[in-house]
Amino acid sequence: MFEVEISRTRLDLSALNYRFAGGDESIGALVSFTGLVRGNGIAAIEVEHYPGMTETVLRKQLESAAKRWPITRGSIVHRIGYLPVSEPIVWVSVASAHRAAAFSACEFLMDFLKVDAPFWKKELDVDGVWKWVEARSQDQSRASRWMGRDAATLI
Amino acid sequence: MNILLFAQLRDYYGASSAEYSDDELPLTVEELRRSLASRGSDEFREALLAPNVFCAVNQKVVDLDHTVRVGDEVGFFPPMTGG
Repeated sequence: MFEVEISRTRLDLSALNYRFAGGDESIGALVSFTGLVRGNGIAAIEVEHYPGMTETVLRKQLESAAKRWPITRGSIVHRIGYLPVSEPIVWVSVASAHRAAAFSACEFLMDFLKVDAPFWKKELDVDGVWKWVEARSQDQSRASRWMGRDAATLI
Repeated sequence: MNILLFAQLRDYYGASSAEYSDDELPLTVEELRRSLASRGSDEFREALLAPNVFCAVNQKVVDLDHTVRVGDEVGFFPPMTGG
């Protein structure tokens, strides 16, 4: 079960976790990552995306993760629209029989989501000025770590 | 053809898509980018010609030497900042 969702409404983390966890006795580990809107000097953000392409890219990332690790479920839910500080912006969850695969796959998915999925953020600062967020080179470096010699054919 | 523009590129251009005549195709992504850049403001031109701009053809990121043909969906956008 691999799912991608782009949401215009606030993410209900309890409902997402509850829905994701049930009904498969082979699952022994669930790893979830939730990204929140950080409030250092900003009041809110606005997220936009490339409809259609975003979903395709995220589904391919889930497929890549499933080729690399024995995961049984994967889900990526990403917000778009206006988000105040502290609101969840992204939720990535992975299930597997054992924890190592789920931890690695979840981190892999987040690292590639940051650099390959067509989302863009702008920030509203506390003075009421909107500014586009620049891509960070650290994000590219984190994603590149997964592109080792035996990873190249899988991504 | 409609060329889709996202984030800063859309703001600088003032519209989320740019009309482009099919008669001028095929063109490489780089030729299309340069031609489109000449239609906008200085800000738009600089942003579109930035070395880190991405182009997707039919929703897949391509290189600058990729050929754009009639019927393709083309989008230009800055580096992605999701998550």
